[in-house]
Amino acid sequence: MCRSAGSAQSRRRMNDRRGGPSGPPIREIEVSVLRETVARLIVEANYNIPADILQALRDAVIREESPLGRRTLEQLVRNYEIAAAERLPVCQDSGFAVVMLEVGQDVHWTGGSLQEAIYDGIREGTKSGYLRWSVTGDPTRMLKTAGGDMPGVIHVDLVPGADVKITVASKEFGAENMSALRMFVPADGVQAITGFVVETVERAGANACPPIIVGVGVGGTFETAALLAKKAVLRPINVRHSRPDLCRLEGELLARVNDLGIGPQGLGGRVTALAVNIEVYPTHIAGLPVAVNLGCHSTRRISARL
Amino acid sequence: MSVIQLSYAAGIADADLDRLRAGDSVELTGRVLSLRDASAARLARTLEAGEPPPVSLESGILYAVGPSPAKPGQIIGSAGPTTTARMARFFPALFAAGVRGIIGKGELHGDEMSPFVAYRAVYFAAIGGLGALLAKQISSATVAGYDDLGPEALFALEIHTFPAVVIIDRHGGNFHEMAQARWRRTE
Repeated sequence: MCRSAGSAQSRRRMNDRRGGPSGPPIREIEVSVLRETVARLIVEANYNIPADILQALRDAVIREESPLGRRTLEQLVRNYEIAAAERLPVCQDSGFAVVMLEVGQDVHWTGGSLQEAIYDGIREGTKSGYLRWSVTGDPTRMLKTAGGDMPGVIHVDLVPGADVKITVASKEFGAENMSALRMFVPADGVQAITGFVVETVERAGANACPPIIVGVGVGGTFETAALLAKKAVLRPINVRHSRPDLCRLEGELLARVNDLGIGPQGLGGRVTALAVNIEVYPTHIAGLPVAVNLGCHSTRRISARL
Repeated sequence: MSVIQLSYAAGIADADLDRLRAGDSVELTGRVLSLRDASAARLARTLEAGEPPPVSLESGILYAVGPSPAKPGQIIGSAGPTTTARMARFFPALFAAGVRGIIGKGELHGDEMSPFVAYRAVYFAAIGGLGALLAKQISSATVAGYDDLGPEALFALEIHTFPAVVIIDRHGGNFHEMAQARWRRTE
């Protein structure tokens, strides 16, 4: 369901939540709190897939017309039930950690390095949760390094206030490898976005572990588009874009990719994607950057507030 | 939906592979050797240098997997398939050394598929993301070589009624291509 126009209001209200002229007091947070939170979240994310995705998979079992596709979806649901009940990683690929922080500008971190606290949290959670260490220190593989120095990526958004929201995603690389970014030009128009999304999903086929989640980032600069696509793929799949036209585009794109017939695990069927999520940002008058970040059926993400 | 039981002791029999058709659901019982990016590259280099592999590949089945660590009391951690295509360039060397089949996930087309045709190898797709469930179909796991590669080491695995679908058979079939064409909606 797409909302009617006028939801920009809520965005304005958010922006008004800054402090008065004297300014609010600084809130101090020990980085050890963040370390422990990251360690806990990374384990939970890998044992329990998000409730919205599990529900979508259960719904897909009913909707899928292909018998082999249905059986596949049933096995996926069973895998997630077993992983949750026995506290096991849902997948052997426990991913590369992506930590997204929304940090209130009135927060002051104490007790050490923020970055190191996050990296330590990733290391601790990976070890205590019996998750696979899937980090190579040198992406060129020219150096033989163990790869423990920076075991994840960190994205920080500064926001008004003194709250901290943390999202931990364990990004598996089956779907990550099939993601793509292209710099279109304004004359290419919306149909370029549509064509690129469909082309990327088709090229990914079974390799992205369908049914997939499709994150689309449009706008900004080269790197903004990629980051928007990541945020899009990590958005809950039962939340549609607040802009009615983009919400409709999400629906149209979902129908288009499901027409491809790829189906669960590429074995043919109706359910290729569970959702298409779009995020946009203003861009240059000469540009139309579009990034498509794919997530597998066990796109692992979990959020908490400090 | 009927499921073909494919049981083999030391190596898989030619006659069993001949019978399989793209799209068949199978349950495999026997021994497999794990394969991943790093181990596949090293194995291929070893074979191309004319050196013996650390474990015999004759009539063998390779399983594209890098398991997560076993919890206390577990035989193996989560152990679902990884994307086969990443290792496809090493298959000619591995097939020449006697490998008869690959278990993995994802699609193989064109140049990735042709070694299967040339060496009459079979490609089985297991379900990607079924790590917790598939670990229960593995009754034994030992490191058979390349211990230094951690999760990418060569693991000798005993699998039991391990579910998979035949994707590339010995008769030119590619089930991903056939099934997706069948379910595709065109305007």
